[in-house]
Amino acid sequence: MPTNNPSRIAEILARHQQAILEDWLLAQLAAFSARHNLISEADLRRQSADFIGIFGTACQAGTLTDIATPAWQPVRDFLASISRSRASQGFSPSETATFVFSLKQPLFAHIRQELAANAESLADEMWTATVLIDKLGLYTTELFQTAREEVIKRQQMEMLELSTPVVKLWDGILAVPLIGTLDSARTQVVMESLLQSIVDTGSNIAIVDITGVPTVDTLIAQNLLKTAAAARLMGAQCIICGIRPQIAQTMVHLGVAFGEVVTRATLADALAFAFREIGCTVSRQAPRN
Amino acid sequence: MNPPRSETLPLRSDEDLVRVRQAVRAWMVEQNFNLVEQTKMVTAASELGRNALVYGGGGSARLESPVDGGHGGIRVTFEDHGPGIADIAQALSNGFSTGGGLGLGLGGAKRLVKDFEIFSEPGQGTRVIITIRK
Repeated sequence: MPTNNPSRIAEILARHQQAILEDWLLAQLAAFSARHNLISEADLRRQSADFIGIFGTACQAGTLTDIATPAWQPVRDFLASISRSRASQGFSPSETATFVFSLKQPLFAHIRQELAANAESLADEMWTATVLIDKLGLYTTELFQTAREEVIKRQQMEMLELSTPVVKLWDGILAVPLIGTLDSARTQVVMESLLQSIVDTGSNIAIVDITGVPTVDTLIAQNLLKTAAAARLMGAQCIICGIRPQIAQTMVHLGVAFGEVVTRATLADALAFAFREIGCTVSRQAPRN
Repeated sequence: MNPPRSETLPLRSDEDLVRVRQAVRAWMVEQNFNLVEQTKMVTAASELGRNALVYGGGGSARLESPVDGGHGGIRVTFEDHGPGIADIAQALSNGFSTGGGLGLGLGGAKRLVKDFEIFSEPGQGTRVIITIRK
C-alpha cells in the first residue's frame, strides 16, 4: 500500500474543517431522512462537529494506517459512545456505520480540490483516506454488535430470573413452575431460589412442575434430580409433576429413573399428595340451599 | 410430496442446541409425526447435539428430508472433530460417562431412535446419524 509521509489529509482537514462538516451534515441528513424521529438535527450536528475535531487531532498526531495506536484512542472512545447510543436509539448497524462512511464524500471532494494538480499524490491520499474511513466504519459495526450482544445477554439474565418464581401454595407447600429449557445456568437459579424459599417459609414440601419444559433429556433429568436431592438435604420433600405421556415414554427409553423422588402427572395430583403428606384434608362443603 | 431439502446448523453453544431442537421439532411437526415420535426424535437430537458440544468441542447438525428417495422422513447427522470414541460399545452402555453425566445419553438416543448409526475413531471425531422414516 503506497503511503507518503507526511500525509496531507490532516492538513486538508484542519484547513477545511467547517466546509467538510457542513457537507458531511448534508450527506448524513440525506441518508437519515427517514430517521428524524430517532435523532435530532442539533444532536447530529453536535456529534459530527465533535467527531471532526477529534478525528483531525488524531490525523495530525498518529499514523493514518493503524487505528489501534494510542493516538486514535479518543476517536475509538468517541465511536464507542456513538455506537452504544445508536444501538439503544434503535438504529441499524449499517445506519450506524453510515455516520462514518458518509464522511468519505466531503473529505474526498476537498482532497481532490487541493491535490488536483498532482495526480499521483491525489491517488495516494484518496487510498489512505478510504482505508482509514473503512476501518473506522467497520469498527463502529463491531462495537454496535457488541453493544447489541450486551443487551441480549442482559435480557437473557432477566428472563432467567423472571421465569423461575417460587410460589407458596399452602402453609408448608412451595411450587416452582418451570418453563423452557432447564440448562445448567437455569438449574442453578432454580435451586438457589427454591432452597432459599424453603428456609424462609419453613416449608417441607416442594413441588417442581415441568409442564412447560418441552424436552426432558438426560441432562435436564440429572438437573432435576440434583434439585430434588438438595431440597431433601434441607429437610424438604420434592415432588416432580407435569410429566406428560410422551415425556414419560421418552424417559423410559432413555433409562432415566427419578428413583425415590415422588412424581405425579399433574400439579393437582401433586398438591393432593402434598396435602396428605402434611395431614391436611380437603373437603367439599355441603351445598347451601 | 416434499421437495428434498437440507439445513446445517452449527453446534457451538447451548443456544445452538436449543435451535437444533427447535428445528428438529418443526420438521417433525411439518411431516405430521405423532407427539411421541416427535418427542423421541427431539430428545435424541438433544442428547447427540450435547455430546457433540460437550465431548466433541462443538460441531454441526445437518437435517435432511426426505430420506432414501422416499416421500418423507428425516435424517439428522451430528458431526464433531473432537477426540473420538475408542470403544463404541462401552460408550453405548448404560452408566458410562467420561464427563460426569448420567451416562445414559448415547445409549438412550439409540433406544429412542432405532435407526441409529455411529462412526468414530480416536482422533478422528465422531459422526452419529439418526433417521426416522415415514
